[in-house]
Amino acid sequence: MQADAKRISPSTVLFASAALALLSMIAFMTIGAKGSWSFILSFRGTKLIGMVLVAYAIAVSTVLFQTISGNRVLTPSIIGFDAMYTLLQTVMVFFLGAAGAASVNPQLQFVLETAVMVGLSLLLFRALFSGGSRSLHLLMLVGVILGGLFRSLSSFLQRVLDPNDFIVLQDRLFASFNSIDANLLGIAATATLAVTFVLWRLSPTFDVLSLGREAAIGLGVDHQRVVTLLLALIAVLVSVSTALVGPVTFFGLLVASLAWQLTPTASHRFVLPVAVCIAIATLVGGQVMLERLFSFNTALSIVIEFFGGLVFIFLLIRGSAR
Amino acid sequence: MIEIQEVTKSYGGTAVVDRVSLTLPSGGLTSIIGPNGAGKSTLLSIVSRLMPMDTGKVLVDGLDVSRAAGDVLARRLSIMRQDNHITARLSVRDLVAFGRYPYSKGRLTAADAEHIDRSIAYLGLEPYQNRFLDELSGGQRQRAFIAMVLCQDTDYMLFDEPLNNLDIKHAVETMKLLRRLADDFAKTVVVVLHDINFASAYSDRIVAMQGGRLAFEGPPQDMIVPSRLQAIFDVDCRVHAVGDTRLVNYFD
Repeated sequence: MQADAKRISPSTVLFASAALALLSMIAFMTIGAKGSWSFILSFRGTKLIGMVLVAYAIAVSTVLFQTISGNRVLTPSIIGFDAMYTLLQTVMVFFLGAAGAASVNPQLQFVLETAVMVGLSLLLFRALFSGGSRSLHLLMLVGVILGGLFRSLSSFLQRVLDPNDFIVLQDRLFASFNSIDANLLGIAATATLAVTFVLWRLSPTFDVLSLGREAAIGLGVDHQRVVTLLLALIAVLVSVSTALVGPVTFFGLLVASLAWQLTPTASHRFVLPVAVCIAIATLVGGQVMLERLFSFNTALSIVIEFFGGLVFIFLLIRGSAR
Repeated sequence: MIEIQEVTKSYGGTAVVDRVSLTLPSGGLTSIIGPNGAGKSTLLSIVSRLMPMDTGKVLVDGLDVSRAAGDVLARRLSIMRQDNHITARLSVRDLVAFGRYPYSKGRLTAADAEHIDRSIAYLGLEPYQNRFLDELSGGQRQRAFIAMVLCQDTDYMLFDEPLNNLDIKHAVETMKLLRRLADDFAKTVVVVLHDINFASAYSDRIVAMQGGRLAFEGPPQDMIVPSRLQAIFDVDCRVHAVGDTRLVNYFD
């Protein structure tokens, strides 16, 4: 195992995953392309940008969430981010009706949803983070319970909803990469860029945070400030991905686990970009498979979870054997 | 100088640290002893700003620990805790390198690399420096964490039960190392210890806590006397002078 770690350098893994991501993007843009390139570029290009944004948002938010929680099986959905999104959509369709909800300006809706989600995470955090190491676990626990509350509220509202409205709502709640809202791409990209800038400034602290709260404070990191900020940024990223395609739960966990497993170092300088590249490769590659192999006969999440799950199990078995 | 002024910390009405005032002068090795639940570790956590205090104040060289900027304090004072659980898969060298974070913020310079090499060599960890932490024995892990604190190179170094998990050889080596830090590098070392004989043999001063309060403090010859130990630990014991060291026999 040691020889293994020495043979494969982190840069090799990064390079390989970047190549894979690039390859899948090229495949997506070119395979089966017929007719006018200006149409193909704008049609497939929009979809591609959307998928890359989603891949980036999910990968980064999951890896960082795992870092601050010191746990490799959690995703931001544990503190009810996905459930919150579902509830917001349900409430909107419930009160405005399907037609009304469809007529709301998507950009405005995105900004509002993001604000609500960031507000929720900050509120949760402020209320609970009064010091002590158990607070983060308490936060998770409260998040789990709030998530349950949001879910049951949503399902209650969905039960009393008009059946026609319900179908519209259901369509909005299924993660779909075929119906990426082009109107949202600009604002989602801007939000992601802004988040990335702040993350870049914070990036030296990531590795220190993974040592745990006490060690991080001992090394001079203002743990409470940094973690609060990171949670808010994670909330924005989750909003970006859910607004573009809907809730995707397993995907983040899969991508983050693969990145941690494949990268022979725990340094975020490598793990984060590897996670992003794997996410792009999986998402875009999966979409190519979906479109060309299964001719849209199945859902991308099924493709991803099937193949991703297989790779994951393989890695786990190999990991336990060494 | 570390000045602890009227520090109190309570959990649900029970004071774990109860109006403790204590001044630790610069230099030398101070041991904090006391029975389980005396508040030793809590006090150390408060001094190193890992835990907020309810009332009171702690000054390190005049810096208020609850107000001072984190990185400024991290270049003055370091702490090694009892339970060092880390999820990330780190090699010994990676871990020790974290000690330079307060100085270089993750971008290691040649001077940092030198510090890291020296710390690793000081604890005899060279053969294991590329091993992962989860591939080490308890004692080797413990020494890796001590090396990280050493690498942080602060004037004040706090250790919460650094002898846990160590066999006699490594325990003695660790205490000698802490002693050298105080003697050769003029560091101020504060150690929470359970073994009274280690405290007696290696400390300049001993601080005894009991029930969250400061019970006694003084040099070993004043502290290692049967009447005081009886009062602190509630065990009968005899004290023997062996050379300059006073050893406690509590096996009756």
